[in-house]
This record gives sequence, C-alpha cells and structure tokens, in this order.
Amino acid sequence: MSVIPILILVSLAFASAFLAAFFWAVRSGQYEDTSTPSLRLLGDDGPRTVSDPEPKSSPLHHED
Amino acid sequence: MLFCCAGCRAVFELLRGSGLDSFYSMQEAPGRPVSRAGDLESFRYLDAPTVRERLVDYSDECLTRVTFRLPDIHCVACVWLLENLFRLNEGIGSSRVHFARRELSVSFDPRQVRLSDLAALLSSLGYPPDLTLADLGERRRRPEARRLWLQIGVAGFVFGNTMLFSLPAYFGLDSQSGPGFRTLVGWLSLALSLPVVGFSASDYWRTAWNSLRLRRMTLGVPIAVGIAALFLQSAVEVVSGRGEGYFDSLAGLVFFLLCGRVFQQKTYDRLSFDRDFASFFPLAAVRFRAEAPGDGAAGPARREERVAIAQLEVGDRLLLRSGELLPADARLVEGDARVDYSFVTGESVPVSRERGEILFAGGRQVGGAIEVEIAKPVSGSYLTSLWNRDVFRKEKDDTFNTLTNRYSRRFTWILLGIALGAAAFWSVRDPSKALRSFTGILIVACPCALALAAPFTLGAGLRVLGRRGVHLRNAEVIEGLARVDTVVFDKTGTLTTPEAGAVEFDGSVLEGDELRAIAAVVRQSTHPLSVRLSAWLVERLPARDGVPTVSGFAEVPGAGVRGTVDGRTVLLGSPAWVADACGATKGAAESAEESRVRGPVVALALDGRMRGRFLLESEVRPDTDRLLRNLASGYRTILLSGDQARDHARFAALFAPGSALHFNQSPADKLEFIRGLQEAGRSVMMVGDGLNDAGALRQSDVGVAVVERVGAFSPASDVILDAPRVAGLGEVLRFARGAVGVVRASFLISALYNAVGIAIAASGHLSPVICAILMPLSSVTVVIFAVGTTHGLGRRTGPVRAQEVAGGSGSISAAIPALEREPA
Repeated sequence: MSVIPILILVSLAFASAFLAAFFWAVRSGQYEDTSTPSLRLLGDDGPRTVSDPEPKSSPLHHED
Repeated sequence: MLFCCAGCRAVFELLRGSGLDSFYSMQEAPGRPVSRAGDLESFRYLDAPTVRERLVDYSDECLTRVTFRLPDIHCVACVWLLENLFRLNEGIGSSRVHFARRELSVSFDPRQVRLSDLAALLSSLGYPPDLTLADLGERRRRPEARRLWLQIGVAGFVFGNTMLFSLPAYFGLDSQSGPGFRTLVGWLSLALSLPVVGFSASDYWRTAWNSLRLRRMTLGVPIAVGIAALFLQSAVEVVSGRGEGYFDSLAGLVFFLLCGRVFQQKTYDRLSFDRDFASFFPLAAVRFRAEAPGDGAAGPARREERVAIAQLEVGDRLLLRSGELLPADARLVEGDARVDYSFVTGESVPVSRERGEILFAGGRQVGGAIEVEIAKPVSGSYLTSLWNRDVFRKEKDDTFNTLTNRYSRRFTWILLGIALGAAAFWSVRDPSKALRSFTGILIVACPCALALAAPFTLGAGLRVLGRRGVHLRNAEVIEGLARVDTVVFDKTGTLTTPEAGAVEFDGSVLEGDELRAIAAVVRQSTHPLSVRLSAWLVERLPARDGVPTVSGFAEVPGAGVRGTVDGRTVLLGSPAWVADACGATKGAAESAEESRVRGPVVALALDGRMRGRFLLESEVRPDTDRLLRNLASGYRTILLSGDQARDHARFAALFAPGSALHFNQSPADKLEFIRGLQEAGRSVMMVGDGLNDAGALRQSDVGVAVVERVGAFSPASDVILDAPRVAGLGEVLRFARGAVGVVRASFLISALYNAVGIAIAASGHLSPVICAILMPLSSVTVVIFAVGTTHGLGRRTGPVRAQEVAGGSGSISAAIPALEREPA
C-alpha cells in the first residue's frame, strides 16, 4: 500500500497545476469581460455576409 | 466583408455591380469617412492639461492609455472596427472593446496622436465618445471580482482534494493501510486547509470582527465561529493523532458560501446606480472669445471655441444650440429662449424667457440658438445645491437590517445557549464528552444553509427581475421592495411619457388659412394640450410667413379657448363645450366621449360650425390606471410633481380616492416630503426620473429611476426601471414579497436540518461522516428550493413578461444582447 501516498502526491501535483492555470486565467482578466471575446471571434473569421438588411442603428434606436 | 451600416453595404453593392469592387482591396480601411475639420476643433479642449490628466488612465512620454465610453457600439462589426484602429492611424497601438460596458480602451503614442485626434477619429467613425462632467471627477473603481474568483478557486481545490482523502476513511477502507496513512492524510488536509482559512475565508473573519467591534450581531459572527470551531477541532484531532478531522466539511462550507456570494453578485455593466448631476452635464460648452477687431468690421470679431465646463467662469458668454444643456445658471443675452426644464423641475411645458432673465442650469434649450452669460459658477447653481444636502453625504446602509441578520441575531444566541447547555450537561454526566459536544454543536449548526438561503433566493430574484427590465442595484433591494408600504410617483416622465403621442385630426380637411388661424389661437394658451396642438400645427404649416394676430382671445378653464383671426372665429376645447357653443346635437359630443379612452380629444369649431376633433394620444403611460388600481389595495399612493396643478383633475381620477396629490414641489420639497413620510413610520418607494427627483430617490427606502433609453442618464437610485415597465410595478412589489417569503421558508428548512444536527451533536455522537453528509445535503436542498421556488414565483407573478411588452425595442432588456443574459 505504499504506492498510495505517492499517488496522492502525484494527484495533488496535477490538481495544483490546474489551480495555477485557474489563477493565471483570473489574473489575466479572462473573468472580467465575458461578452466581448465571443464577438471578437466572429470578427476574426474573415468575410461574413450581412444577413440583416435592416439599418442596424445603435441600441438607442427607437421604434414607435 | 463587414459593414457598419446598411449605407456602406449599399455602396459596396453598387461598386461591385459596376465591377469596381477592387476599391475594397486597394486600401486597408475602405470607405472611411473623412474627418471633418470642425470635428477636430470641437475636441481640442481635451488637450488642455487639466482635462487630459483627468481623462487618461495612464500616461508617459511614449505611451498613453485612455478609456472612452462609446454608447454607439452595438454589434460585431463595431468591435472589429474599433479593435483595428491601429490600421487607421500609426500612432495608435492597441485598442480593446469591453462590449458589455460599451467601452473602448486605447493605447497610443502621445508624440504622434493627441487625445483630441483620437476623439475626433472615433467620432468620425460614428462613435462619438460620451464625455460628461463626471469624467473629470474622482475615478469610481468597479468592485474587483478577481479576488472572489481566486478565493473560490482555492476553496474548491481544497474541497475536492480533502474530500478525496477522506473517502477511504468514511468507507472504512483505511483499516488495512495502517496509522501511517491516516497521519499523512490528516497532515496533508491540515496543510491544505490553511489557505482556505487564511485566504478564502478572510472576508468572513473581517465581517465578524467588524460586527463585534460595532457590537452588532450579523450572520458573519456565527459563520466565523463555525469555521473556527471546525478548524480548531480538526487541527487538535490531527495533531493529537486521534482522527483526521472535518477538513472536507470546512473547505466545503467555505466553497458553498463563496458560491452564494458569486450568485448574488449580478452587475449590470451598462447601468450605473450612483450617478449625480455631473454625469448629466456634458464635458464641454461653446464659448465666445473676443478677438482683436477684424478688418474694419464694427465691433470685435468673435470666435467660437469649445472649452471644458470646469474652465468656465462667471461672465463668460456661451452659445447654446437647440437641444443643448445649460451648464450653469446664466442670463439670457441674445435669442429666443424656450427652455425645457422637465428633467430639472418636473415642469412639463418648455418655458419662454426674455432677454435679461436668468436661466437655470440643467435646462435644455429647445428653440433656436441662444447666447447666454454665466451668472453663477457651475458648482453653485440652483440645481447642484441639491447635492450639498446631508442625504448625499452618507452611504445608504442597507446591509445591517437584512432579514438574514435579524434572523441570525436570534439564531446565534439560541445556538450559544444550546452549546453551553450541552457542555454543562455533559460536564456533570461525562466530562470527556463536554468539549466534544460543545464544538460539535458549533460545527454542525454553522449556518451554512442559513447563509445560502438569502443569497440564492435574492440572487435568483435579481435575475428574474432583470430579465423583465427591472434592474436592481443589489440583491438586498428585494427586501427593501418587500417592506414598502407607500409608493410615491413623480408625474412628468414617470407616469407620463416625455414624447407626446401622435395627434390626429378627425373631420373635414382644413385649409392652409384655417390651419394658420387655429395655430395662432392655440399659441396664446399655455395649457399642455394647446402646446402639443401648437407644435403639431407648426409642422404642418407650409411656411412661417408671420403669425396672424388674434383678437378677442379667451380661455375658459376646464373648457377651451376662443379667439378671432382675420374675421374667423376659432373655438377649441372639450367636445361638450364646443358642441354646446355651436348648438350641435348631443350625439356628436357623445361619440367624442367614446374615443376619450385613447387620450384627450379637442373639438374644433370654425365660425360656429363643428369641423371635427383633434385626437391626441394620451401622454400618460399606457396601463397607468391598472398600475394604480393594483397598488390601491395594500399601498398608499401619492403623486409628487414639480409641475403645475393643471392636471390635478385628470390624475385625481387615476389615483385611488383619498390619495394625496401634490404639485409645484421643488426638488428639496420632494426630499422633505419623503423624509416626513419616513418619520411617520412609512417605508417609502419613490418612483421618479429626473434630477428633480434625485433627492427624493436618495432619501426614500427604495428609489426607482425610470429610464427611456439604455445608457441614458438616470439619477442615483436602487432600481433602474425600463420606462415601458412602469405599469408592472405592482407585480414587482408582489414578487419581492413572495421572494422574501421564500427566504423565510428556506430558513425553516435549514432550521430543521440544524435541529437534527444539533440533536446528534448534543448527544456527543457527531462524527466527520455525519458532518460531511449533513452539511452539503442541507446546503444543496436549500439552494435548490430557493432558486427553484423563486423562478416559479417569477413565472406565476405578474404579466410583465419580457415578450409581452410590445414595442420594447427601446428598452434596456431589448438592447442588451441575449448573450449578456443568463440562461433561464
């Protein structure tokens, strides 16, 4: 059964690596803005057709 | 290819159709509109050191970073374009958009690009930066969420690992592995728990300490006691070699508590709940500057320049164009002033002012351009003096008297009593069990489920309401809403819409001369209906070739107006009055009465003959009568308007009998009125929209600001409400009361679990396994119950579903894209 302590330490090391990755993600600001990256992805995608022929004005746009 | 608008797309299709589409491969940013010279000039004031210093986030010789609010960001293409700014100007390094906040951060080289260049570039691209006086004030930091995420990460990591370590012990699998294994696991868990106790739980230590220092019992105290008891008992067990402790329960407890806090935190990035007048004023105004006399012209030539408002001095001459705000109290020098004070005083009709009269800051010029001379410094105006009052100095303290804290005050004393009682009992019967039962009770009764009940219920409520256009400052506001017993409404902009509805004429076609005569007569009257008719008529008149004179004008209060123009008698007023005056049949008057449901009707008679009627769409918000009927049972409703009392009869009919209607209230009057109600023991909700309500909103227990457009200015408040949802306030209040009921029920559930746990612990039989089962079980049931019931409550309460508000495209919920909302 002496393998168990080693396995425990190995698993702890792996888990710590994930924790470190999480720390890096938080510190690099990935949790601050969760909406823009999804839009950025679309913009990098090269040519894209505009499916909506309506003039898209600002969200301030009013309809009566 | 990405297009910013349909116009650009049309141009592209035209060019491609003509085989000219290689235009788009010839340069990096095709079709970029040329920045107009005037644009650059109008942003020049940004380069003034005092302004620049306050605006930029960071600056040295070769790098400057600045963040602009660009309310016009609305789609993927905007993000793409704005993040490619560096291709348009070499001096620009990088730019990042924060879509939810509609913000752009730009880094640029100050040697190549000035701040004004950047603002002008953005403006020429169609994204004029939103610059207000508040940008020059102190920076408000947004609450940092990073720390909380890190705390959760640590707690979750430790929770998972210690639970894994403990499982063999729980299942009795460690019997063969010997005492060495237990010691290893015990010490490892102890080591892992240190960051949980020291870092993840640090906020709970602080809360508990603050509560003790202020001698106020809050939920933080029993939580801290529970964590301390768990940790110390476990540490003693491990160090003394008697067991492996409750470290998994400890980490689990902290992890669940932190999850509750994350769930409760729902922020609306585009909304700001703490704005003052400074966010309402623009950053700059147009000032006249006298120059040396020009080439023989009479008098000194004058140049217009844009300056920051902070730099304005008494005596400066300003140019105010139509639609612009007056930044300071000023004297009218030149031009025809028609000032709209609706936002500042609640006065619904623009007022005309003569030369030499004082115009108050915050008024919006709606006539032509005027020239004014500043009479008082910006900070000393009539409007801003409201913010010097005491209410604005202190922070609203709504965290102490929450339901949870009131409950936990009783809870903590009972808990301590039981723990001490058990310890006393066992110290007589079996002293070895005394300490164990004491700490056991503290551990098992640790109010995890109790602490989770309110965050999850109120957090779920916050989201349910947010999807319906009711945006709360924080989750505690729901409790405030549930306590409300008096609802005070502002009139202008709250119960009425700022844009007057459409006007229709029903009758035989009117000739140009007739129109002109009618327009001349209504111009004489200041009645709101006359003002609206006048505005409508002016648009329809072919040319403004002088206004004919009116003779024999008379206004009959509550009936109508009469006047003679070029020998033609014009009679306008209530259908009954006009019909009576013409001796027309009663039927005509009655059919007019029918259409009154839609809004006011003004009948017209020319030369004693009925010609038809003007149908004015009501400016009172639709369903206001339903709202007030809803509130009549259970709430006291009061109207508090800064406007004149001419609408008294109309609103008296809308409000429940016996409701108080107050008109001509100054901003300070409103504040005092609310304070008076509170002193009489009422819990007051104020619903308002303008700066004139700012004091009342702040003073009230729950301040509700009504906004017409997303991102539009709203005074500091607890709730920001989409204007079309005003009618649903009754349902919102009902929902809040229901949600507080759910919190109470959750308390009951957690109390039942506690009773079971305490019974086990008091008998001295608490083991880590029982603790490890009981604690997550109680937490999870309470969370599921709280969230599930609150959502069910949201579905049952009220017809204010998002999709049911027709024409809500201008509302906040419609404008915030689906991706910002939570899945149902």
